[in-house]
Amino acid sequence: MNENIVNFVYLIAGVLFILGIKGLTKPKTAVRGNMLSALGMLIAVVVTLLNMNTIDYSYIVAGVLVGSIVGSIMALRIQMTSMPQMVALLNGFGGGASLTIALAEYYTKLGTTPASFAELLNPVVADSAAFGAGPEGTVALLAIGLTVLIGALTLTGSLVAFAKLQELMKKSYGLPGGPIGNALFLIAALVAVALVVVNPGNVAAMVAVVALALLLGLFLVMPIGGADMPVVIALLNSYSGIAAALAGFILGNTVLIIAGSLVGTSGLILTRIMCVAMNRSLANVLFGKMAAGGETIDADEVYAGKVTSAQPDEVAMLLETAQRVVIVPGYGMAMAQAQHAVRELADAMEAKGVEVEYGIHPVAGRMPGHMNVLLAEAEVPYDNLVEMDRINPTFEDTDVVIVIGANDVTNPMARDVEGSPIYGMPILNVDKAKTVVVIKRSLSPGFAGLPNPLFAMDHTLMVYGDGKKAVVEMTTALNQA
Amino acid sequence: MDILILLLALFVLSLFLGVELITKVPPTLHTPLMSGTNAVSGITLVGALLAAGNDGSPMMVNILGFIAVTLATINVVGGYLVTNRMLAMFKRK
Repeated sequence: MNENIVNFVYLIAGVLFILGIKGLTKPKTAVRGNMLSALGMLIAVVVTLLNMNTIDYSYIVAGVLVGSIVGSIMALRIQMTSMPQMVALLNGFGGGASLTIALAEYYTKLGTTPASFAELLNPVVADSAAFGAGPEGTVALLAIGLTVLIGALTLTGSLVAFAKLQELMKKSYGLPGGPIGNALFLIAALVAVALVVVNPGNVAAMVAVVALALLLGLFLVMPIGGADMPVVIALLNSYSGIAAALAGFILGNTVLIIAGSLVGTSGLILTRIMCVAMNRSLANVLFGKMAAGGETIDADEVYAGKVTSAQPDEVAMLLETAQRVVIVPGYGMAMAQAQHAVRELADAMEAKGVEVEYGIHPVAGRMPGHMNVLLAEAEVPYDNLVEMDRINPTFEDTDVVIVIGANDVTNPMARDVEGSPIYGMPILNVDKAKTVVVIKRSLSPGFAGLPNPLFAMDHTLMVYGDGKKAVVEMTTALNQA
Repeated sequence: MDILILLLALFVLSLFLGVELITKVPPTLHTPLMSGTNAVSGITLVGALLAAGNDGSPMMVNILGFIAVTLATINVVGGYLVTNRMLAMFKRK
């Protein structure tokens, strides 16, 4: 087939991807956008297959079959609360795909036929001319090296992120020396890339890139705690896109470059949004601990004798007379699978003429938009999910705020106590409401490890226990009232 | 070199387009955005097909290609399906 026709079809596919993402700017057009994007994928794949000359379908059919089965099972069976794990895995697979493509291209261009994986290490005589004429060969080699590096790092980093989210790995390990150890690994990997570019036949250097990058992915993500996962997932999302775009440079393939760079920017923008919402730099999330600044605050001193607890039926009485209630969900709601119970409570309140809205902090949950998806699953209309900037001015006119499973994002110390480790982080100003109800298992601190003075305020009521059970009891009491 | 500079131009312009597009996606849809872009990054399937299906290549290359096809297909199929599942929940009122 004519190369021009192929590239024209790739252009159409690229346009469909762009229209697909454009569709995601509104919930109403989002489903159609996703379909357009999938259509773009289909025609790109079909035209690629039609364009191949000597084709052996056995590996393709096997791969597509296995991939489709695994992909469909994952997509259809995953629970909405586990969506961060799913996205982490998909990031990893994306990185893995780019890694293996780059390696396949490398060995193809080398022109060797290693009989076994052991023979892969043997050096071969080759120069960059095999990869393209003049500077093109050098650029192709550089692209291969960087794709391998980023792809491998994304693969293992994402698997660690998955293990952390799934709570398979609870402890945080890291390289001795922290960021310095990681930097040494990165430099070593880049040196290995340079060796490959200088002497493409240096197969051992290529294997070293793979090994170093795989390890680097592990070491980068292992020390990072659960509540920082939104940043990590968004960043790995970006890496998987960048790896795809680089793979486009290896193959001279336009649609890979368009799609890869769209994904790359998407991940980067989400990373930035998450960092701003935590008032931390990316370097701080990746390498730092929470700043140890300020004198240690004694939890007992904050809470002693000042915490008021309440039973669910007492809260129900409050809700009955309220005019406006705001529900603030956090990761605890996902843990307790309480999203449906929360919707039912909101329904019960609305039946009594109470105005109910949801205040969503950008980093609530374990990935960007996590809470929105959970509440959408529970059939909460998306108009009722209000972003932080829009909900904050309304708290003063709010009778009751129900905080369920959120902690640090409501901590007034972030606003009031200069020198506190979280000072400057934008929070939901729930303490401005007339009454705050906090549903929580205990007074234990959140991820930042800080006591939350909100719990000790005069107008705050603590409801201890399982989030779902407490909410269900409130609903029952409200319906009987 | 001509091709290379064109590819580079395409890359840079796509980055800018990406910024313009993505900043308009509301926070409510950030999770579907991530899974949807995961599906889009499965476009590496195109490259994977070339590696897996080339009859003249050494078997090792074909095996690497097979792995790439499998992983990319998981991204494409899993990504689009799960995004569709999520977006369908946002649609109903």
